[in-house]
Amino acid sequence: MGSQGGRARNWADGRGEGNMSLNYSTPEFIIERNNDRCIDCRVCVTQCANEAHIYDEEEDKVVSDDMKCINCHRCVVFCPTRALSVRKHPLEYRENASWSGHDINTIYKQAASGGILLAGMGTGKKYPIYWDHLLLNASQVTNPSIDPLREPMELKTFLGRKPETLKIENGRLAEKLPPQLELEVPIMFAAMSFGSISLNAHKSLARAAEEVGSFFNTGEGGLHRELSGYGKNTIVQVASGRFGVHSEYLNAGAAIEIKIGQGAKPGIGGHLPGEKVGPEVSLTRMIPLGSDAISPAPHHDIYSIEDLRQLIFSLKEATNYEKPVSVKIAAVHNVAAIASGIVRAGADIVTIDGFRGGSGATPLRTRDSVGIPIETALAAVDSRLRQEGIRNQASLVVSGSIRNSSDVVKAVALGADAVNIGTAALIALGCHMCQKCYTGKCNWGIATQDPNLTKRLNPDIGARRAANLLRAWGHEIKELIGGMGINALESLRGNRLMLRGIGLNEKELKILGIKAAGE
Amino acid sequence: MKRVYAKEEACVGCRLCEVHCIVAHSKYPDNIIKAFRKGNRPAARVFVEENKPVSFALQCRHCEDAPCTRACITGAMHRDYHSGAVINDEERCVGCWTCIIACPYGAIRRDESGKKVAAKCDLCSAKEGEPACVANCPNDALVFEERQ
Repeated sequence: MGSQGGRARNWADGRGEGNMSLNYSTPEFIIERNNDRCIDCRVCVTQCANEAHIYDEEEDKVVSDDMKCINCHRCVVFCPTRALSVRKHPLEYRENASWSGHDINTIYKQAASGGILLAGMGTGKKYPIYWDHLLLNASQVTNPSIDPLREPMELKTFLGRKPETLKIENGRLAEKLPPQLELEVPIMFAAMSFGSISLNAHKSLARAAEEVGSFFNTGEGGLHRELSGYGKNTIVQVASGRFGVHSEYLNAGAAIEIKIGQGAKPGIGGHLPGEKVGPEVSLTRMIPLGSDAISPAPHHDIYSIEDLRQLIFSLKEATNYEKPVSVKIAAVHNVAAIASGIVRAGADIVTIDGFRGGSGATPLRTRDSVGIPIETALAAVDSRLRQEGIRNQASLVVSGSIRNSSDVVKAVALGADAVNIGTAALIALGCHMCQKCYTGKCNWGIATQDPNLTKRLNPDIGARRAANLLRAWGHEIKELIGGMGINALESLRGNRLMLRGIGLNEKELKILGIKAAGE
Repeated sequence: MKRVYAKEEACVGCRLCEVHCIVAHSKYPDNIIKAFRKGNRPAARVFVEENKPVSFALQCRHCEDAPCTRACITGAMHRDYHSGAVINDEERCVGCWTCIIACPYGAIRRDESGKKVAAKCDLCSAKEGEPACVANCPNDALVFEERQ
C-alpha cells in the first residue's frame, strides 16, 4: 500500500512482497471452467483486473490461475456460455476446533509482511444477527389490516429537531419549525466518500436519491463539482481529515454530518492510499496529487461533548441555521450516554453505525472485534433519550447491515426514524461482496479510481437500479405495516409492541425492550 | 435511419459485441457454443477499438454517400432501398477487397470462412429488433437510434 515518507502504516497485503523464499499462501478459490462450454472468446480475460484468466496464445486457449481469484463473479456473470463457476478451494488444513484455516492463513500473511491485515466491507463473523431474532406483528380479527394497493399509505419521514410543543394559530403553525430533511422513504444512502468509491458510483446514488426523494451522503471526501446540482438530495460530511470542506461545500447540501466514527472501525481514522488520489480526487479533497489522505482517529478539535457543541454550532453558523446537523458515531459500549451528550450538544440527527457496518478499507482485527450490534445500540439509545425526555430533540438514523425492508421496519419499530444503507446500495450497483475494496481493483467499477475499471459502472444503469431498490423496499414496507393495521410509518416509530423476540435470553429481551414470542 | 452509436464512456472492452456478432452471422444464431465450435466461424463485423482506458465498438457507419458502394467492382456493395443500410450481397461479392481500401472507418473485414467475401455490419437485417451487438452489450455502451 502507498507509503509516503514513512507516514503510512504498514499493511499486509498477503502476497509475500519482496520475499524470495517460499510463499505459504494457497488459493482461496478454485475457478471451474467447463471445457464443454468454454469457447475461448476471452471475455473473462478482458474483465479480470486481477489477471486470473490468461489467454495462452500458443495453445489458443484461455486458462485460469486460481491463486489470483478473489471470487467477485465478474467473469462468471460475463461469460456468454455460462462456462465458469467459482468455488471455495477444497484444500483444507487438518481439522482443529481452535485453529481455523483463516486463523492460520492470516498468520502466514503477517509473517511474510510484518503488517496490519486489511479488510473490506463489514465483518462476516458469526455474531448473532438480532434482526433475525425479531418478529413483526400482524392484524387478525380485532383490528383490520390495510391493503396498500387500495388505501393510501404514508412513508414520508422528516428528520431533524422537533419542538416540545406546536403552537398553532388559526389552523396554522405559529412558529417556524427547525430545519428538517424530507424523505419519501425512510432509507438514505450511507456515507461513502469519493475516493473510496468511484465518481460513477456517487453519480448513481445522487441521481437515485433525487429520483425517489431521499439523500445520498458525500462521506468525507468532498463533493465533486459534477454533483453540485444534486444539493437538495445531498448530505455533506465533515470528518476528522476535513477533506474538501469549505463554505460553499457546507452550503451545497441539505444537511451536514459530522463523522466521529464508523461501525466497521470505531476509534480508527481513515487512510486513502496515494494511488487512489488521482486528479479528480485530489481536486475534490483539496490535497496534493498522489498524496495519502489520512483522516486522524479523533477530530483534533473535539475532545469532549463541549468541543462537539462548538463544531456543531460553527457549522450551523456557517450555514445560517438553515440546515440540520447530524453527528455520526459508531455503536460502542456506552452508546446511550454518548448519544445523549450528542443531542444535548445540539445535534439535530444522531446517526449510529453498528459493528456490522461496511468500509472500503479497515484493519481486520478492528472490523471483526470492536463495537456492538446496531439493534442493541438503537434500542439503548432510543430508550435513554425517551427516559431523559429529549427524544424529540433529534432524529435517530441507524445503519450497519440493513439487508432488506423487514430490517428497516424492525429498526423503525425499535425506535429509528430512518436507516442508512451502504452495502445494500452498492450491491444494487453490482457489488458482489468479494470484500477486496481496499485493493483498488474493484472489478465492478465501484470501489476503484482506475479509469479502466470505473467505466464499468454506467451511472445511467446504476441510478436506475439504486432507485429501484428504494422503491421496491418502499412497497414492501407498506405491505408489512399495512399487515399490522398501520397506514403511516410514523405510527410504528418506537412501537416495540409490534415486535417479539425469538431465541433471545431475558437480558437481551430487556435491552431490546421487547417481549418474547408468545407473551 | 437508425444507426448503432457507441458510448465510449461506458464501453468496458469485454468484446461481447464481437462474440454475439459472430453468433448472429453464423449458421447457429441461437446457439453460441455451436456457432463457435462447428467449423467455418464467420468473422465479427464489429470491432472493439482499444487504447486503454479508451475503448468503443466500431462497425459500419452506413454512410449517406458510401465510398464502398462506389468502389465495388461488381455492384455487390449496395444501399438497401428500403432500410437505407449499406449491404454487401455476398452472392455477387468476388472478394477483391476494393471496398476495404475505400472504407474510411476500417469497418469492412475479410471473411474467408466460407466463400471469400467482404464482411461488414448489416445491422442484423436478417432479424427483427436491435442488432445483436446492441442487444447484448452488458453496459448499455451501444445504442441503436435515429440521430440527425
